[in-house]
Amino acid sequence: MTRITLDTSHKPGASPPPHPDLYAKRRQIYPKLAHGKFRTVKWAVMAVTLAVYYIVPWIRWNRGPGIPNQAVLADFESEKLYFFFIEIWPQEAYYLAGLLILAALSLFLVTSLLGRVWCGYACPQTVWTDLYVWVERAFEGDRAARMRLDHAPMSFNKLWRKAGKHIVWLVIAFWTGGAFVLYWHDAPTVAKGWFTGEAPLSAYWFAGILTFTTYFLAGTMREQVCTYMCPWPRIQAALTDEHALNVTYRYDRGEPRGPKRKSEGWEGRGDCVDCNQCVQVCPVGIDIRNGSQLECIHCALCIDACDEMMLRVERPTGLIAYDTDVAVAARAKGVPVPKYRLIRSRTVLYAVLIALIGSLMIFGLLTKSTLEMNVIKDRSPPFVRLSGGDIQNGYTLKLVNKSTEARRMTISIEGAPDAEMKIIGLESGSRKQFEVPVAAYGVDRYRVLVVVPKTEDIQQITFRVTDNATGESDSNRVAFRSGN
Amino acid sequence: MSSEKDNVDPHSGVETTGHSWDGIQELNNPLPRWWLYVWYITIVISIVYMVLMPAIPALPGMGTNTTGLRNQSDRDNVAIEMGKLDAARQVKAEDLLKASLQDIEQDRDLQQFSLAMGESLFESNCATCHGTGGRGAKGYPVLADDIWLWDGTLSGIETTLHHGIRHTSDELTRNSAMPRFGRDKLLSSAEIDDLVQYVLNFSGRSDSQAAVQRGQSLFASQCAVCHGDGGKGNRTIGAPNLTDEDWLYGGEEADIYTTIFNARNSHMPAWTDRLDDASIKALAVYVHSLGGGE
Repeated sequence: MTRITLDTSHKPGASPPPHPDLYAKRRQIYPKLAHGKFRTVKWAVMAVTLAVYYIVPWIRWNRGPGIPNQAVLADFESEKLYFFFIEIWPQEAYYLAGLLILAALSLFLVTSLLGRVWCGYACPQTVWTDLYVWVERAFEGDRAARMRLDHAPMSFNKLWRKAGKHIVWLVIAFWTGGAFVLYWHDAPTVAKGWFTGEAPLSAYWFAGILTFTTYFLAGTMREQVCTYMCPWPRIQAALTDEHALNVTYRYDRGEPRGPKRKSEGWEGRGDCVDCNQCVQVCPVGIDIRNGSQLECIHCALCIDACDEMMLRVERPTGLIAYDTDVAVAARAKGVPVPKYRLIRSRTVLYAVLIALIGSLMIFGLLTKSTLEMNVIKDRSPPFVRLSGGDIQNGYTLKLVNKSTEARRMTISIEGAPDAEMKIIGLESGSRKQFEVPVAAYGVDRYRVLVVVPKTEDIQQITFRVTDNATGESDSNRVAFRSGN
Repeated sequence: MSSEKDNVDPHSGVETTGHSWDGIQELNNPLPRWWLYVWYITIVISIVYMVLMPAIPALPGMGTNTTGLRNQSDRDNVAIEMGKLDAARQVKAEDLLKASLQDIEQDRDLQQFSLAMGESLFESNCATCHGTGGRGAKGYPVLADDIWLWDGTLSGIETTLHHGIRHTSDELTRNSAMPRFGRDKLLSSAEIDDLVQYVLNFSGRSDSQAAVQRGQSLFASQCAVCHGDGGKGNRTIGAPNLTDEDWLYGGEEADIYTTIFNARNSHMPAWTDRLDDASIKALAVYVHSLGGGE
């Protein structure tokens, strides 16, 4: 990056200095195509992640009549989230929180083990940028050809190559935005409605936004997203340490560097022949030989480029490699290189936390009941004194039936021996318990009035709902107000 | 303005405005170009907006404000949206009209609809006096308890909603009037004091048995017609029960004195003019569900 320095030593009376250019123009980066094992891994990860993104909404999953048959669906209309055999109701939104925590911890763990591999391989910005560069290369050729084309005057050749690239980019961007929308509605319906104009306005709107952001971020912003917009490089420093594997230039082996003729020997010089291949393939435009840098996304394409060159000059590969700071320092000092430490306090901590939260969530999912009750207490009025002096509180019971069958349930109260209740809409009269119908796959609301004799001092009562057939039950302890 | 040379800042070579404050001068830098362009764009947008949308308010002699080429009107849009909402509600409203109040309350679907509709109607029409959730206030009955001046059944509540209480322009309104015993000189102040003690005695709170004795015959001749011999009240004419713990206008000695002296005849409007029959049905079901429905 260009650093701006303002000259403050200027003397009054002298002719004014030229205005400093406060805003450096972006230096266009022309990453060269690398060949090697890491490039292959990147192609594979790209293929898999893109395939997952584009194909998943089309996977069907039979859930029975009246329920969406899409394997992965965030259904806002029915307020449910479907993920294969898992079904999340609004009452269980904590699973989403758990999922986010797991994702964050996994990112921490991977970072403490392997540095920024997420950035280099799996981050959507990386994947789509890589795809876009691939398209660019298909139209405009590799690094040298692209640079030549950019500097050439406008011609038919330049025009059709540029236009073709942008058209394909836009098609990919549109396809990406369109696929996003499919996660929120039944995919075949939206896809068909899209072309007949029957899809909801929000579908067009969001597809438009995603089309724009994909085109803009992956096409023109590229590494600037990673360098200037993404918060992750800032956080990452706190998560990694000198034991983490980072893409590292082994200066202990490479220096002093310099071009080398075939006739010369290797004595008295380093292995780096200063061929600049590592710089040319770098998608963020840095020189890894300057050490670990904020811009580096650890994609390891420089390793591929360097290894290729090392083979050509018949030196061992791995001048640039995934290595730890401690290993490099040890080699430089000539002491034995310590073994890579997989087990460190932070990796153990992250792993344990992941295991803990993961098993909690799995336990929760496995023991998930099909019956849940939420109780909302009337707040206005908080309580009512009846003509006889007895105290009445009003509640709204929400009975959640997650099974696809209508059920009969019994509502009862505990914790107040003389309390009686009344349910609006059921046959009149006060009793200790009521049998109510609960519709299939939904939430039924009942309004319940509880009367406690004035002689009894009750602060809390417990509602219990029990499925008459299976005995499954849920209870909820709530406040009872008497004004005392 | 002095010569241009004097107005050039020697440090930056930029022209100054020529103003000096305590030796500090202001540079006459041009506006940032991007800023200027944004400003030009907003001017263009405002002109386009004025042509398309209602923008210029009516000036004297102009009659109406400019309507704009798009004929946009928030009023009309709201009316259209409300019309759509009404049409959607109409289907359910017809079901409500067909069913009896009891059936509405028993039918899960209609009940949920009525409770939701009734709640919003209650909050916008009734809560001003009766409080949210019908919690009541002094002079405004609590609707969540089991004490009813008139009738707490579903149809009783519906009748009250339709015709109001002491609503002057409705012949079927619920009507009753307590005489203004003090103000109209029907009773002396001492007699009212005795009556107050007699009424307090219903809830065991009197402090003068002699006054209670004196009040007994007064009550029998003046009050028992409506409130009953035992003070239990009479719901067919809306006469409150004087023996329970509930006091609409306060149960302290001074409150009761004021009530007998001035009488209290509050009003509730008839809602037939403001709400359609389906809305009143939904409201009746909602009020019935608040806690004291009979």
